[in-house]
Amino acid sequence: MSHHIVEVRDLRHVYPDGTEALRGVSFRITHGEAVAIIGANGAGKSTLLLHLNGYLTPSQGAIRIGDFPLTPATLPEIRRTVGMVFQDPDDQLFMPTVFDDVAFGPLNLGLDGDEVEAQVRMALARVGAGHLRDKPPYRLSGGEKKRVGIATVLAMSPDILVMDEPTSGLDPFARRQLMALLKDFHHTRIFTSHDLDMVLELCERTIVLHEGEVMADGPTLDIFRDEALLAACRLEKPFAMQGCPVCGGKPSPPEPHG
Amino acid sequence: MASIVGAIADLRQLDLMANGNTGLHRLDARAKVLATLAFILAVVSVNKYELAALFPFFLYPAVIMALGDLPVRHIAKKVAVVLPFALMVGIFNPIFDQTVLVRLGALAISGGWLSFASILVRATLTVGAALILVAVTGFPAICQALDQLGLPRIFTVQLLFLYRYLFVLGEEGSRMARARELRAFGGKGLGLRSYGAMISHLLLRTWLRAERIHLAMLARGFSGKFHPRRTTRFGGRDFLFLAGWSGLFLFFRLVNVSRLLGTIVTGAPR
Repeated sequence: MSHHIVEVRDLRHVYPDGTEALRGVSFRITHGEAVAIIGANGAGKSTLLLHLNGYLTPSQGAIRIGDFPLTPATLPEIRRTVGMVFQDPDDQLFMPTVFDDVAFGPLNLGLDGDEVEAQVRMALARVGAGHLRDKPPYRLSGGEKKRVGIATVLAMSPDILVMDEPTSGLDPFARRQLMALLKDFHHTRIFTSHDLDMVLELCERTIVLHEGEVMADGPTLDIFRDEALLAACRLEKPFAMQGCPVCGGKPSPPEPHG
Repeated sequence: MASIVGAIADLRQLDLMANGNTGLHRLDARAKVLATLAFILAVVSVNKYELAALFPFFLYPAVIMALGDLPVRHIAKKVAVVLPFALMVGIFNPIFDQTVLVRLGALAISGGWLSFASILVRATLTVGAALILVAVTGFPAICQALDQLGLPRIFTVQLLFLYRYLFVLGEEGSRMARARELRAFGGKGLGLRSYGAMISHLLLRTWLRAERIHLAMLARGFSGKFHPRRTTRFGGRDFLFLAGWSGLFLFFRLVNVSRLLGTIVTGAPR
């Protein structure tokens, strides 16, 4: 299943104002992997994500999604393959009702009425939001918005899920709910996040970006054990790997899920 | 700026009313849009001195509010918000138009006062009818109806986006206003200057958000074409509703019912 592969080679991006956001990023993510891209603010995470479905064009370097290089000709196919969930669900949900919003992608893919209906039902059921289908987006809670946002992407049957800060702004319960959902997916998953505990639980592999360069790429646990690396990249260990502030006891980190 | 928060809350309330499930709510949106259009056309085309001819038209909002289970006070308050504008439009009529048209005993009423009152009544009727339409139909359904009636899709889509992001923008605006207020310590802060900065900031934020939304649309295969939404059926009930009310409006427009009633009661033409 080579179409689940994401390959980035020597990617550079310079914004029109001269800011060098990415300076030669390379990695290869294979089928079914869950990978976190972490880094301080301004490390280039968002810029990188925007390249993965062709919204930004590389100043230099190349991206391959599955069997295709990312070019203007392959863009429509790649946008279907790579489902992108944005950080602010208010940007993601722009139609008058949840149903219309989830149907937006399938309609653009040219599906007809019944197929659209089936896709929407499947996607909403997948995220446990079937009862929300007739609600307008502005009347959903933060957690509901996030889940519906994921459904809008699932409705297009993507092979690769890219999510920008999936757990930001959620209460602990909604965060748990969302993480359980993401854990169950068998897509190739790419997350950016500052929620390192989520990264520890969901991603077996982590890529650390620092000032537009890949500082480290490897098993999540190894990276979080490297204190010098974390400090150099303005990061710190997930709370689950830090000592208990009350009793001083040492934690035993959970094995990340595969 | 508290009024912005209030206005948004009101809009939400109107939207909630549209979730009702009375016979009126279930009618096809096109029937309601067209009936409201007929109503507004009939009302605005009444001669400016024929104040009495306008009163029968109150039957429509009254019946719809009763059948649609709408809170009369709430709608009345919304209409009252708009009336000052109508007041400004008509305020000079009594000064410029002093021809006496009606005498009630010793009291002479000039044409100016009549047309002034007529403007106010017409504003009440038309604004009221529009609000009632939203309350029994819901904004998205109205847009869909306009789309089905042949309004170019680019306009209906604009309207939908406007409605969707009104809430988001309103909240952003009120957050900025709150931030300003909390640091202005009851005073005027930097006065008008700070409002200028806030508005330009809000514009920039809107712009950025628009870009992000566009990005979200592109990410889901948007290629510049909006696809038709599910179609609804225009049935016999809808036709009856439209034909019945339009017929009545035409009747009210052609026959001065108030005068007719007066004639019948007093037994002589006034």
